Amino acid sequence: MRLRLTFSKSGALRYTGHLDLHSLWERTVRRAGLPLAYTQGFHPGPKIQLASALPLGFIGRAEIVDLWIIDSPTSLDQSYKELLQSASPPGLVISAVDVVDEHAPALQTQVVSAEYEVTFLEPVSTSMLAAGITTLLGAANLPRERRGKTYDLRSLVEKLELHPGEGSYPSQLHMRLAAREGATGRPEEVLDVLGIPFETTRIERTLLILRNPIKT
Amino acid sequence: MLSPQQIDTRLERILLKVQKPGRYVGGELNAIVKDWEDVGTRVAFVFPDIYDIGISNLGLQILYDLVNQRPDALAERAYAPWVDMEDLMRSSGIPLYSLETRHPLAAFDILGFSLPYETLYTNTLNMLDLAGIPLRSSDRTSADPLIIAGGHACFNPEPMHAFIDAFVIGEGEEVIQEIIDVVKKVKGQNSRASNHQPLPVDRELLLRELAQIQGVYVPRFYEVKYHQDDTIDSITPTIPEAPRVVIKRMLPKLPPPTTRFLVPNIDVVHNRVSVEVMRGCTRGCRFCQAGMITRPVRERSVEEIVQAAEEAVAATGSEELALLSLSSSDYTDILELVTRIGERFRGKHLTVSLPSLRIDTVSVELMEKLKDRRSGGFTLAPEAATERMRRIINKFITDEQLLETAREIYSRGWTNIKLYFMIGHPSETLADVQAIADLCKRVLAEGRKVLGGKARVHAGVSTFIPKPHTPFQWVSVDTPDQIRAKQELLMHELRGSAFKLSWTSPEDTLLEGWLSRGDRRMAEVIYNAWKNGTKFDAWQDQRRFEAWTSAFAAQKLDPAFYTHRTRRSDEVFPWEHISDTVRKKYLYADYQRSLDGTTRQDCREGCDACGILPTFAASRREFPGIYWKCPEVKSPAGEKRVAAGGG
Repeated sequence: MRLRLTFSKSGALRYTGHLDLHSLWERTVRRAGLPLAYTQGFHPGPKIQLASALPLGFIGRAEIVDLWIIDSPTSLDQSYKELLQSASPPGLVISAVDVVDEHAPALQTQVVSAEYEVTFLEPVSTSMLAAGITTLLGAANLPRERRGKTYDLRSLVEKLELHPGEGSYPSQLHMRLAAREGATGRPEEVLDVLGIPFETTRIERTLLILRNPIKT
Repeated sequence: MLSPQQIDTRLERILLKVQKPGRYVGGELNAIVKDWEDVGTRVAFVFPDIYDIGISNLGLQILYDLVNQRPDALAERAYAPWVDMEDLMRSSGIPLYSLETRHPLAAFDILGFSLPYETLYTNTLNMLDLAGIPLRSSDRTSADPLIIAGGHACFNPEPMHAFIDAFVIGEGEEVIQEIIDVVKKVKGQNSRASNHQPLPVDRELLLRELAQIQGVYVPRFYEVKYHQDDTIDSITPTIPEAPRVVIKRMLPKLPPPTTRFLVPNIDVVHNRVSVEVMRGCTRGCRFCQAGMITRPVRERSVEEIVQAAEEAVAATGSEELALLSLSSSDYTDILELVTRIGERFRGKHLTVSLPSLRIDTVSVELMEKLKDRRSGGFTLAPEAATERMRRIINKFITDEQLLETAREIYSRGWTNIKLYFMIGHPSETLADVQAIADLCKRVLAEGRKVLGGKARVHAGVSTFIPKPHTPFQWVSVDTPDQIRAKQELLMHELRGSAFKLSWTSPEDTLLEGWLSRGDRRMAEVIYNAWKNGTKFDAWQDQRRFEAWTSAFAAQKLDPAFYTHRTRRSDEVFPWEHISDTVRKKYLYADYQRSLDGTTRQDCREGCDACGILPTFAASRREFPGIYWKCPEVKSPAGEKRVAAGGG
């Protein structure tokens, strides 16, 4: 059985990377007492698919993972959601558990875009930021270089807006970036174009948009 | 002092600039975060190496769990920041803080350092400095935390005597509670200046009280006198409360095992849960400090171990379980234990490790019961390659036993055998070292008969360092030239893709050698070496050897005095006043036997009166039965207790 979990990842888990998150899910499922399925072969690994790597330091509000469980355990006292939540480490909150088609395509091939909210930890000039956004969105293309490869950042930016923030943080930047395999926009690249040092912000990924969203 | 909120804010600005920021944020499953305001005594346990290594330290996990069970105390943790993080902490004004609540370490009442090995000493100073706490015990005031340390290295506390207020000698489970009780009592009448400060205390009064707890050593209450030749004349207490000899703590019955292990959110060196099968060892290998200082052998029952393993795996979801002991094969019910663990966890994708197996075919059968798949390596530790040398070190097996075991391992599908050896044993010659290479080749030949070209041998060859409280505490360390000649011989002999050879650099050996048998004068060397810029001395790519040699020169001390010198039979050792209760006379007799190649029996086969039983006769009487491996004490209670000899 293939379970699709939507979860948030925050607190200390902001600093847990993609590979470590994989092991974290493996242990969480074991603690929940659910029989995780393993791949065949000489080095069997747990069948776990994460939708999209969340960069270190980002908060994830609606991350997605698929877990394969061997059969349905006979009559559970609790729902999968309750079982898995009670076995989760601090910082991990499960918002939904759905059963999906075992043979549906790999989760990471289904992601098309991702939405982010950026909070500024230090004061920024709203007018300068607004001007920067206008310039960025008005550009025909934005050639950038990353790890020795040139790409066009502009074509990966689907939405970019300034919003009023909360409490002591006066403004927030919302963006939707492409997150397809081989065409993934990175919020810190957008921030760099806008002249904002990455370490003076807190970034949350608020939504992963799938090609064929499941109905809940 | 910064508040936790201020520290948190500054941290968020730097964490993404360092490697593996997950080391510095805590938040692990099973971490215990108590309300800071709610408890009277606040303890921080400190491991002076990085998180990746310290998190799996069993001793700290046990103490963390125990102290947090008290409603009147809390325990939090800190590890050494890696060099990138330390630089950013210093430049951002972030003091060393606890992972649980982000309080500066200087705000705690007690800091407990874990010192399992000597190469953590400079990191200990560095961490005190990063915490803003005076390095020297004598410079600390009523507003500073009490600095204590425990762990195997503390069986010779003298090199660190200037920096640690009180050492715990031996097992910590009971004594940590007694220390907290004393701190609580002495600080009781005081009130805090602020909630982010430790309770003020009259340190002299506190330390006098602590010196009266069995197993606690307070170095400032002892005076050391030296002879003209730099050896020690005498070590004497300067106050009536301090005992002439500090006798180690030993739990007559092992407490229930800790099972709520911290689950790190990042990958670490040993990502596993551990259950201690037994403490102590009956073998009496002459090079082995652990085997002497952890006596007597006390075993847990199969039932207790299996139950703890189940609880630990359920509480952590861990994929690896380690059954710990100094000599797994010697556990009385090893076959039953392994069978039950194997049945319980088969098919659950759990790797079970069983370290330190005896070199015989039974061990291969034991491992087979634990393995879902046979892959990877099988480790054996012959330690020496000739029967003569194995008699000298009192770890006797025949070559044929080793070869037969190797045959069995390869024929059951393991492709790689790792063999642990040591060079530099007393009276070793190049012929003995040549024998290591020859034996590796003979083992490989066995593998080739079964597996052909797939067979592998990994020789792990470390260099022997004489340790306090062992029969070899009198002997000299090989010189760097001798070590290099031996290593070059092995490198030359063990070439080719079927062999892998690993060894210890001679500099690392010297450094550990100086620190292991150092006296009080070594404290200034440690301080100066740290000032000269060395830290992370257990890391070959970090430690700076020249920082040490110039520190010796500045103190006008000859490093060879500590390493390249055979001690006189009547020499007073720097650790003479620290007793693991194995008598010095017994150790010396054993050393003499090694010189004529006589082995000593395993003490399960008969008691050779090492000194444990006279000291702990009352405990043995209270806990009769098979779980102690010493003979039972039949004599009535009240019999005159024999004082433990030093060393």
